[in-house]
Amino acid sequence: MGAGRLYAAVAAGGFRRYATYRAATAAGVFTNTAFGLILVYTYLALWDVRPHLGGYDQAQAVTYVWLGQAFLAALAIGGGGVEDELMERIRTGDIAVDLYRPADLQLWWLSADAGRAMFQLLGRGVLPFLFGALFFPVYLPSDPLTWAAFLGAVPLALLVGFGIRFLVAMSAFWLLDGAGVAQMAVLAGYFCSGMLLPLNVFPGALGEVVRALPWSSLLQAPADILLGHADPLGTYVFQGAWAVALLALGRLVQSAATRRVVVQGG
Amino acid sequence: MAEPTAVRAAGNRLVEGLRAYRLIAAMWIRSTMAYRASFVMTTAGSFFANALDFVAIVLMFSRVDALGGYALPEIAFLYGLSATSFGLADLAIGSMDRLGRRVRDGTLDTLLVRPAPVLAQVAADRFALRRLGRVTQGALVLGWALARLNVDWTPLKLLLMPVMVVSGCVIFCAVFVAGAAFQFVAQDASEVQNAFTYGGTTLLQYPPTVFAKELVRGVTFVLPLAFVNWLPALYVLGRPYPLDLPRWTAFTPPLVAVVCCALAGAVWRVGLRSYRSTGN
Repeated sequence: MGAGRLYAAVAAGGFRRYATYRAATAAGVFTNTAFGLILVYTYLALWDVRPHLGGYDQAQAVTYVWLGQAFLAALAIGGGGVEDELMERIRTGDIAVDLYRPADLQLWWLSADAGRAMFQLLGRGVLPFLFGALFFPVYLPSDPLTWAAFLGAVPLALLVGFGIRFLVAMSAFWLLDGAGVAQMAVLAGYFCSGMLLPLNVFPGALGEVVRALPWSSLLQAPADILLGHADPLGTYVFQGAWAVALLALGRLVQSAATRRVVVQGG
Repeated sequence: MAEPTAVRAAGNRLVEGLRAYRLIAAMWIRSTMAYRASFVMTTAGSFFANALDFVAIVLMFSRVDALGGYALPEIAFLYGLSATSFGLADLAIGSMDRLGRRVRDGTLDTLLVRPAPVLAQVAADRFALRRLGRVTQGALVLGWALARLNVDWTPLKLLLMPVMVVSGCVIFCAVFVAGAAFQFVAQDASEVQNAFTYGGTTLLQYPPTVFAKELVRGVTFVLPLAFVNWLPALYVLGRPYPLDLPRWTAFTPPLVAVVCCALAGAVWRVGLRSYRSTGN
């Protein structure tokens, strides 16, 4: 089997696996819609007092909320990606089996996560977004090119998200119990990706810092392309640079970690 | 004289349940304390995870002076009350959302054969003392709000404060129990109850004027979360309730809490009776 086909099969497996959790998916759709509802009303109140806050109008702010709910599970911003399983395999030592496979560890798990993300985006993301678009004033660009540019930013967002979560998982080689690191990563993810509040609303220097961090690639960057707020090419360069940097760092840590496995005699 | 016997039986069962709960919770606390550093870190994590919500509100107020007509100390008051009463409920029985997993993998059967009420066992299952982080965070915000608010305190308002926190905690507990009962049927749909528990407490952190009338009506008359803090807190703040309910409704939370418990208990019994073991 060619390498490309192998990873495609792993991704398809990841997709199918999450597709079997039907009740959980329905529950996720319900919960994401409920949280979106609460958030939308608080944003409407906020933009009522300050129209054009952060350069968004009300409809754009509402669209931003539902995009966030659509991306939350897909990009595992609140946790729940393949990193949990990877960490568990490192802790139990099952990772040794993965290392014996004639496949690259990082690419293998990236493929599995991509399949998972694809399902979560379709299974849990689309319905809350449609609900939002139906019942609230939303901003939907009419230019298909804008939509295409937006869709181009989504895989890049996934690469950055996975890059961060792969590093989190690798920490388990040293800490064994990576729960603390995973929890910190979730907190940083929520706050710095703009799930709690759009990053362009953050005041002053804090805003500049969070917008430069990798997490802004997850939600803020694709949202700004869709809302006509950012130049797609510049955004791609930003996301791509972070993706390359994080994945390369992950590879470095991975090789250091696998040498550790040999030392431990796994 | 059938009634006193029935009452005594119910009382015995309650004492028995509380005893089982205490023993199981104490066991989990001992096991938590075996890894003290981990306990300190996860408690801090729980504290900061919730603090971020409040940081987001503070960031909003760096750009505006009022949200839904409420100033920051007023919203902090709502936030503190909601977070504290929910935090206490979450600490007490927040692990009940594990029930779905137990139904799925069949380990619920172990609890059924033990000579202790199932509800008490499920409620104390994996008792997580680290959730004190959430309670602490809520209480700190509440303290800050009380220091910054200009309220004309009357004895009645002072009395309402602890009543509100306790009733709110009990109402949230009832939601947890009802949610767990739903998992007998839905098994791996435990996330649905997050919408009502975590979602509910998030909702109550903002003033009702922010939300649409239908939503406020829903959480007043259908799922009575408004009695956790909105109704009594708006009385303390001297604000009218958005649905024009009479002022005395601010004092009904204990009553609502009792009714919620009775309903949740009934739903729980129905759920437990409908349980079919996966049979392993």
